[in-house]
Amino acid sequence: MTLTLRGLWTVLHGMVFGAIFLLAFAGGLAGLYSLRPQLVTPEGLRERMTRLRAGVWTMAIMAWVTVISGTYIVYPWYRAKDPASPRSTLLANPATALWHTFGMEWKEHIGWVAPILATAVAFLVSYYGAGLAKDDRLRRATTVLFILAFATAAVAGVFGAFLNKVGPIR
Amino acid sequence: MAMPSTGHESPANGAGAAALLAAGIGTFLMGILTAWAEASATIKGLLVWYGPAGPLTGKTGVPVLAWLLIWAILHAAWRGKEVNFRSIYRGALTLILLGFLFLFPPVFEAFGR
Repeated sequence: MTLTLRGLWTVLHGMVFGAIFLLAFAGGLAGLYSLRPQLVTPEGLRERMTRLRAGVWTMAIMAWVTVISGTYIVYPWYRAKDPASPRSTLLANPATALWHTFGMEWKEHIGWVAPILATAVAFLVSYYGAGLAKDDRLRRATTVLFILAFATAAVAGVFGAFLNKVGPIR
Repeated sequence: MAMPSTGHESPANGAGAAALLAAGIGTFLMGILTAWAEASATIKGLLVWYGPAGPLTGKTGVPVLAWLLIWAILHAAWRGKEVNFRSIYRGALTLILLGFLFLFPPVFEAFGR
């Protein structure tokens, strides 16, 4: 079994960074949801904030690492002018062209929204800390932003997985 | 039910509103720039910051830089102040959803026809 440098970067971009992002999202969402005064004691709130801060910053940093590595390292291999590149191969066949014209086009753009939204969430959690538990509106807004960050990353991740199947980078 | 005391008073909502609105503007700009690049070959050419990755670099780089700049300005202006959070949040959410719309291929590709 061999793994090329390109294959390794594709795995890092899509599976390693993406998997950490997903884990951080699951923990962060649970933390944000339960950040209510009726659900936690003051001591519990302080303890929870430490984990929540770590989770949201991990998610934001992973989102940046994923889009930057994807755009500047993996994407050039995908879109190379070479007729054997994934983009050329997909576009050459009318049955697979939509994977590029819709799937890749959506993925490459929408994925960049995730780090912007995730960074805003990380800032809100760090800046307001336990104060989020007292302010329903701010906590709801933070949670909505957090879910939107995940949704954009999910679109990029799902299409990335399919694209790697129909037009793998070699 | 009384709120548990955490020993800290929550800061004013201005900084939070600034972060939300800046994120909304950044997302909206990304959508607009993506559609604009489809409509104009000149703009598309100007957005090629790194040849091998094409115009995607500028289409994402410009909004990211604008987002950071706008965030810094809004943060400086609203930090420590109470603002109309509901209106700003709704505005930010609207901008984010409009950004999503313009980042949807059938929509931004329509600008290229």
